[in-house]
Amino acid sequence: MSADIELMAHLMRRAGFGATREELEERVGVGYEATVEELLDPESQPEVDRWEIMRYQPWAFRSGTIQNFGSAEWLQAMIASKRPLQEKLALFWYMLIPTGVAKTDHYQNENRRIHEFKDIGMGKFEDILLATAKSPGMLFYLDNIENTATAVNENWGRELLELFSMGVGNYTEVDVREASRAFTGWTYDLMLPRGPVGRHDQDFTYKPELHDEGEKTFLGQTGNLNGDDIIRIILEQPATAQFLARHLYNFFVADEVQVPAWGVTPPRDEDAVEMLADALIETDYDIKHTLRVLFNSDFFKNARFEKIKNPAEIVVSTLRMVGGYEKPFPGLGDMSRQYGYMGQDLLNVPSVEGWHFGAEWINSGSLMRRINFTADMFGDASKPGVQNIVNRVKQGGKLSPEQLVDSCLDLMGPLDVTEASKTELVAYAQEAGDLDCSTDANCEVRITELLQLIVSLREFQYA
Amino acid sequence: MTSTKKDPVIVVLQMSGGNDYLNTTIPYADGIYRDSRPVVGVPEDRVIKIDDHIGLHPEMAPVKELYDAGDMAIIHGVGYADSPRSHFRSMDIWHTCEPDKIGTEGWLGKVTRELDPNKENVLTAVSFGAALPRALALPGVPVACVDDLDNYGLLPGIANEQRNKILDRFARMYSPTIGTGAVMDYLGQTGLDTLEGADILKEAPKVYSSTVEYPDSTIAKKLKGIAQVHLANFGTRVFYCDHGSFDSHSNQVGMHDKLWKDVSEGIRAFFADLREHNASENVIMFLFSEFGRRVIDNGSGTDHGAGGVAFALGDQIKGGQYGEFPSMKPEHLEQGDVVPNIDFRGIYSTMVEDWFGLDANPIVNGNFEKLAYMK
Repeated sequence: MSADIELMAHLMRRAGFGATREELEERVGVGYEATVEELLDPESQPEVDRWEIMRYQPWAFRSGTIQNFGSAEWLQAMIASKRPLQEKLALFWYMLIPTGVAKTDHYQNENRRIHEFKDIGMGKFEDILLATAKSPGMLFYLDNIENTATAVNENWGRELLELFSMGVGNYTEVDVREASRAFTGWTYDLMLPRGPVGRHDQDFTYKPELHDEGEKTFLGQTGNLNGDDIIRIILEQPATAQFLARHLYNFFVADEVQVPAWGVTPPRDEDAVEMLADALIETDYDIKHTLRVLFNSDFFKNARFEKIKNPAEIVVSTLRMVGGYEKPFPGLGDMSRQYGYMGQDLLNVPSVEGWHFGAEWINSGSLMRRINFTADMFGDASKPGVQNIVNRVKQGGKLSPEQLVDSCLDLMGPLDVTEASKTELVAYAQEAGDLDCSTDANCEVRITELLQLIVSLREFQYA
Repeated sequence: MTSTKKDPVIVVLQMSGGNDYLNTTIPYADGIYRDSRPVVGVPEDRVIKIDDHIGLHPEMAPVKELYDAGDMAIIHGVGYADSPRSHFRSMDIWHTCEPDKIGTEGWLGKVTRELDPNKENVLTAVSFGAALPRALALPGVPVACVDDLDNYGLLPGIANEQRNKILDRFARMYSPTIGTGAVMDYLGQTGLDTLEGADILKEAPKVYSSTVEYPDSTIAKKLKGIAQVHLANFGTRVFYCDHGSFDSHSNQVGMHDKLWKDVSEGIRAFFADLREHNASENVIMFLFSEFGRRVIDNGSGTDHGAGGVAFALGDQIKGGQYGEFPSMKPEHLEQGDVVPNIDFRGIYSTMVEDWFGLDANPIVNGNFEKLAYMK
């Protein structure tokens, strides 16, 4: 049972944003493979009610330029969703193919991309790239609206190859130029009327009069190529499968070196990346199929605590676990600033290269934020999830310091900590002796303080 | 000059949201100003006149004292070409000095790295505010980010005695452990740095005493915190704080008044505090906003504009007005906005070179004409 719980907790941390012990037990009852299938079939579960957000937090619904509400709707969905993998995968796609309000100044367009990722994120990579190429957010972010036959702008064409599909070294400068020419005329129209906070909706449009109808040669193929031809040709390249497979591995399995080093540093598990790349190629880049391979693989199951949580994971997993945030709540806007304070301002990526991950999430400011945020939440026994943990610890009856520590570590994960950390936790618990909640009035505080010390551990920064 | 020359210190006060230039340093004698601003225009009899053309906002009387003492430079028409009129983008440009691409390295982060290349002091840069401004962001440069100095540190929610016990365990838990890998080691070192920074900073309010009363406002609280850290002599060289929002699209009159009242009173208290402690001669303060606002008001407020105003204050500042007030004639406006005529990177360059003695080019990403507002 304990091994099953540990494995399920691992799956839910990676394929979602963690789960309470009650949910883990339920899922273990259903089984691992069946849980993977459920996660891969989001439509089998109810979706988050967008109208509820609109009713209680209308600014979050059309947040225009309001920073306080920019990512609030998404945060609410990540906390409340019964489709955790759909949300997690949207985060994956957003982090791989980001746009940011620092340039777009248009949260509706940013949120629209997130909804698109939720809709098609488990489908074919080709559709995801096409939708990206046509999204008003990206059209503006990488200047394709200024890319015309008479004045080619290479921003989108270059990043499509370098950052979103193949990686450097797999194409030439001529290919960048030719790809950019193929995307000339891909732009958007304004939709009237203007939104309440000053932003027009926009929709993709193709303007043939701006398109370069000349012959182009891209990665060896010649013709009057258009943007969709470019994406088709990109998907014929083995480099694309390798690149996407490594990103999936990095996001779902274990932290890799930073992306700019991928050209010179081989994957930490070449066989795993190969297996994922094969799965992509065999299925025309079917993401659902590839994730099924990933989650059922031994390399995934064995990669426990091999990733530093990103700030979105810290915030969302904490709120899901402590409970009480499932409905649009007062303070949602402020809450949606928290991951930004920790260095990951969702929908406002610092640059098109996305965030550096792994240990680079951590600096003295962000570490303090991560610890204080989490500790504040777990220190509040009035929150239903915390109360559940406290109650389950209490059910153990009279506990020695070591039993108390074991019980808390188990219910908070189960977490795997070093012997040195365990020794400190036990020594801390020892200061107040055995815990007997039938006589100790201070029992609840003792438990929540231990939980606070646990979330302060280095080990807790890992997923 | 004495031999105990103190290290130069900068305090940046960011006015977030786009401070309305024309209602800050008011061209009260210009008919275009009156005609353009039937609703938000400041009546001439309320303007604090500093010459025959320009006057300060009525709530700026406290900083007018600094101006009269020759300690405040008013820098007109600042900005950069082709203002995007976006808060986020424009603020990024001011922070990273990268108007043409998305920059990730903050100019003050680079200054901090140059001042303390070996990271000997975890408090070389201290920011007061919830989020780390991009101006200070630079990988590998530690910045202490303080929300509330009285409540700063790890686990502030836990009561004192218990907290000390927990932090004691924390220090042990973050101590080096053999064989756990580079990332665990890095986390450990960062945790200990965090604890060290917090331990030092929390002493600042304890050793502080002053007869100066700061007004009750968020910006005064931040400035008081900065004064406390400065007076505690922790070696902090770069301070950052922000105030806002100055985004006065509607109901500008009362809103802009209150903002400048709080900022002006806060600044006056701050300098009075430093002077009381004989600690002002090595401090300059710089105020800026990401853009100015439209010349013509919209019937309630003003919309995003381009050219703005910046201020430098301190004992080592050569007071007065710098640059020309940009023309408000319709034919000289761009999209209804006054056009900047001083590049903000030139203003930065003066501080980087003449205050800190560093090479400005790599920090502001180019060579820009300096402005001689330093003594």
